[in-house]
Amino acid sequence: MAITNIKNLKEFSTANERFEGAHLLCPGCAHSMIVRELMNATDDNLVIASNTGCLEVSTAVYPYTSWDTSWIHIGFENAATAATGAEAMFKARKRKGTLPNPDAPVKFVAFGGDGSTFDIGFQWLSGAMERGHDFTYICLDNENYANTGGQRSSATPVGAHTSTAQAGSVSYGKKQKKKDIVAIMAAHGAPYVAQLAPNKWKSMAKGFQKALETEGPCFINTVSACTTEWKFDPKDTIHITDLATDSLMFPIYEIINGTELNILYRPKNIIPVEEYLAAQGRYKHLFKPQYRHVIDEIQKDIDAKWEYLQRREEAKV
Amino acid sequence: MSKGVLATDKRGVRELGAEKKVGWDEVPQGVVLNSFDDNVDNLSHLRPEERPYSDFNSFTATVASWRVIKPVYNRDICIDCQNCWVWCPDTSIISRDKQMIGIDYDHCKGCGVCVEVCPTNPKSLLMFTEAVDNEEALSGWPEKKKKEKK
Repeated sequence: MAITNIKNLKEFSTANERFEGAHLLCPGCAHSMIVRELMNATDDNLVIASNTGCLEVSTAVYPYTSWDTSWIHIGFENAATAATGAEAMFKARKRKGTLPNPDAPVKFVAFGGDGSTFDIGFQWLSGAMERGHDFTYICLDNENYANTGGQRSSATPVGAHTSTAQAGSVSYGKKQKKKDIVAIMAAHGAPYVAQLAPNKWKSMAKGFQKALETEGPCFINTVSACTTEWKFDPKDTIHITDLATDSLMFPIYEIINGTELNILYRPKNIIPVEEYLAAQGRYKHLFKPQYRHVIDEIQKDIDAKWEYLQRREEAKV
Repeated sequence: MSKGVLATDKRGVRELGAEKKVGWDEVPQGVVLNSFDDNVDNLSHLRPEERPYSDFNSFTATVASWRVIKPVYNRDICIDCQNCWVWCPDTSIISRDKQMIGIDYDHCKGCGVCVEVCPTNPKSLLMFTEAVDNEEALSGWPEKKKKEKK
């Protein structure tokens, strides 16, 4: 069976871990929750490439590796290139009949942080999506360059304090809006593009399985709460992610073949974004009277985006 | 050092970073670290205790010294919902045959996510300081909380 049973958590928990502990990610980091879930969601052999970033530097500290599968550390920008190169060679060797075990199912996965996906590896990712390789790219979106000290990236949302977009008496942090990477990837005509969050484990595992099973380039953006740079207590990782999905800061949805949009999670009670912002240290300056207008703008953007997603789901275009 | 289901000869003897430090210019180019000593073909059907881990695998290392508080697990209250298993960032919740059987104290960093997501009343996982003995912690487990009327 290629796919792990994810009907309920008890079934899912019989999966045998292939991501080992004693990696050096911060306590409470959501990166490893996401990676573990991907590797537990399938029984197939995995070939994984990682962009430089927190995940890569923390899981392969010489002389240790936390990966029980084939894994390569590659430059900041080219996990997509490495994964697609491996996939192309796998196909070629399969055709020539030189594989030692040709029937074994193999899936190709690339992991990147938001810095290497939205900024530095964007061109490489776009190229890999266009070439149409059979692989899955997963972006672990923690909204800054957490590995190097929390610099702004193009995934950092408006109003967030980062080490290179600091908040103070004249600035409220980052002024530019976050890039809509999901829409950009969907515009490549990719067969499966989604935005998922680890607190909704079932939709995330289902999304991973769908992406792995789908032939062609798939892209998944996952919300990865960063306890160090978002400035919250490590134990609250899931709580913060709950707030993110319930305030619709991170709507969970998928886009199939670049057109068909499905919303995968509709919060019963949509909470005001203020609650999400108030729970994190990186937004605490927004609650000063002179920056209150930024919160209103963020809320307005979220409402507009949610309206757009709902209408697009209804229209099926 | 290691006890219980995950005990192997190699387990938990090395602290990450405790060995001789290797400078960036001493690492061989294109270095390959094998996760296992043997060829493993059916990895996803092997439980961790059945795998031939190599010395390079971080499974054989420990980060226990990171921890100042630790989760303690109370089997009597647990309902095996596996919330802690799915959200543990450090692969430290040991589940076998749909049952939660314990915590891997060699890999746990004490983040406390498992306690936060535990749904039972009282919680079947609670954080204690590292100095507290597990038996001692279990003997003083809190009583069931009554629901507050609204």
